[in-house]
Amino acid sequence: MKKVWLLSVLALVLVISACGSNNSKNNNSSPAAAAPSKKAGSTDQKMYIPIISKGFQHQFWQAVKAGAEKAAAELNVEITFEGPETESQVDKQLEMLQVALDKKPSAIGFAALDSQASIPYLKKAQDAGIPIVAFDSGVESTIPVTTVATNNSVAAGIAADKMAELIGGEGEVAVIAHDQTSRTGIDRRDGFANRIKEKYPNIKIVDIQYGGGDHLKSTDLAKAIMQAHPNIKGFFGTNEGSAIGVINAVSETKMTGKITVVGFDSGKAQIDAIKNGLMAGAVSQNPVGIGYETVKAAVAAVKGEKVDPIIDSGFVWYDKTNIDNDDVKAVLYE
Amino acid sequence: MKVETEKLPTQRFKFNAGLQQFLAFGSLIFLVIFFSIASSNFFHFSNIVGILLSTAVIGVLALGATFVIVTGGIDLSVGTVMTLSAVMTGVFITMWGLPVWVGVIGGLMTGAVCGLISGFTISKLGIPPFIATLAMMMIAKGLALIISGTKPVYFTQSEVFMKISLGSVLNDLIPGFDIPNAVVIFFIAAIIGSVLLSRTIVGRYNFAIGSNEEATRLSGVNVGRWKILIYMIAGLFTGLAGILMASRLNSAQPSLGMGYELEAIAAVVIGGTSLSGGKGTIVGTVIGALIMSVLTNGLRILSVPQEWQTVVVGFVILLAVYADILRRRKA
Repeated sequence: MKKVWLLSVLALVLVISACGSNNSKNNNSSPAAAAPSKKAGSTDQKMYIPIISKGFQHQFWQAVKAGAEKAAAELNVEITFEGPETESQVDKQLEMLQVALDKKPSAIGFAALDSQASIPYLKKAQDAGIPIVAFDSGVESTIPVTTVATNNSVAAGIAADKMAELIGGEGEVAVIAHDQTSRTGIDRRDGFANRIKEKYPNIKIVDIQYGGGDHLKSTDLAKAIMQAHPNIKGFFGTNEGSAIGVINAVSETKMTGKITVVGFDSGKAQIDAIKNGLMAGAVSQNPVGIGYETVKAAVAAVKGEKVDPIIDSGFVWYDKTNIDNDDVKAVLYE
Repeated sequence: MKVETEKLPTQRFKFNAGLQQFLAFGSLIFLVIFFSIASSNFFHFSNIVGILLSTAVIGVLALGATFVIVTGGIDLSVGTVMTLSAVMTGVFITMWGLPVWVGVIGGLMTGAVCGLISGFTISKLGIPPFIATLAMMMIAKGLALIISGTKPVYFTQSEVFMKISLGSVLNDLIPGFDIPNAVVIFFIAAIIGSVLLSRTIVGRYNFAIGSNEEATRLSGVNVGRWKILIYMIAGLFTGLAGILMASRLNSAQPSLGMGYELEAIAAVVIGGTSLSGGKGTIVGTVIGALIMSVLTNGLRILSVPQEWQTVVVGFVILLAVYADILRRRKA
């Protein structure tokens, strides 16, 4: 009996490891063996630029990675792309930053989870002459040579304009945000709310709730808000999970067509929802562009070229009318 | 909650198991009445159904967790195993093109196999449940990400699959009685769980192991084998929760599920099941899960800031465990 147990456990381990090797492409192969010398300027040695992101599981980060890889291939530099498992693991991200510094790279791309906590590490990089390119969200420091990011506040303002237009400039709306502490969460929430306050006195934001980007929780949140405010006319979901949650809530309560949903980010479910009329439209950042510009700026900085202190990677409003245009397709990710 | 704070001092001297159950049920009724008075938007058919629907996933998870907690163990892996089951169901149905019912069985089996492994490592290898299921939590999370390629698995708007959670068999039978299947499945699962726990030999040994594992062993019961079975039963419930979740979202989100285990454990504890094992009921767990969702739904409708909602739920957990301690002292 015992042997049977042991054998089945062994078999399982084998299956698991087989699964692992099939997907090894997803893993960030350790560049330790290929760690280049510090002489970044020398042309015979490929530049090595580690990119430390906020995560890797979400489609958004996968799209950033794709953009970074595209630039790396064009500019003939070597990059690695890694990030902690969840966006709350600040310590893990700092560890990754430390490891990256130890490899003496040409430059580092870095999306800080906590802008304060990373400053000592950035000082180390500065002392070692390694340029830092901040991306996605800025760092409260002058050390990064540039910051590549979407202006979330402006982008959310556009979502507010579209909402106002769609509901005829008056009525109750609510916001399902992904969190109340991150820069993107705050900027998108306030960008939307402030624009409504400034420009549309007849629109009232009746509630702002936070679903952590969790699809299921955001669904229940949106349903509760609809229950509390039966006359609600529109919802703004500040990221993919929040927007999908609202869409689910609207379709579960059979309010399709009666409630206007605008969202943020991209993904297959949002694209489908826009195509079949569940969602009016959404603002998408340009994650591929963020990755691309980050690597490009890093290479420029290593070569000693002048880099703008802020690089706006842009955003796009997409809806039924333009979703199939090539320039829109380029920024959407499934 | 006010019921609890006011009643505890006067009734602490005649505290018994039945009373805690009553206390939980009484709190639920109190909350429903309180929110109905506080907001005219609370007590509506659609909102009550909404509350039941949002209880279904955590509720089914909590049913499984009850079995494990009654043994005196804990299962930290239920959140991520649920996600893995959802992903596997997606793989079976969309990637392999298998019929929906095969995918559903595959999802249930995924949960059961994870339970089997947890049970095996706990009872045969002697690894403490906390560690064994913590490891399983990470394994399941990693596998869900690997198998899905870190992308959500979509059921490509499969009407049949969506109907598992959101269709309404009841409405077809009795027109106008529009209660989603997920709620019905939750209650059927609770009845099955309750029968298993209180009327079968599995349940009897479950309580015996939880009360005194050594004595149970000495009386000739193969404790190891029963524990494995119990973790497998919990795994089946976990798999079912995964299917309900995937069906409601019509997709399996590989990054979801973390933290759900704590909500499930909270529901079990509020329902009066003792974390030290040997005591607990399925009815209690159902009530515990309902208290959690009535509380969050009601506070949301009253537009209480979310930070405070979390604080309130924390206090309710403290009260529930304190009631358990009082009961223990009197026993």
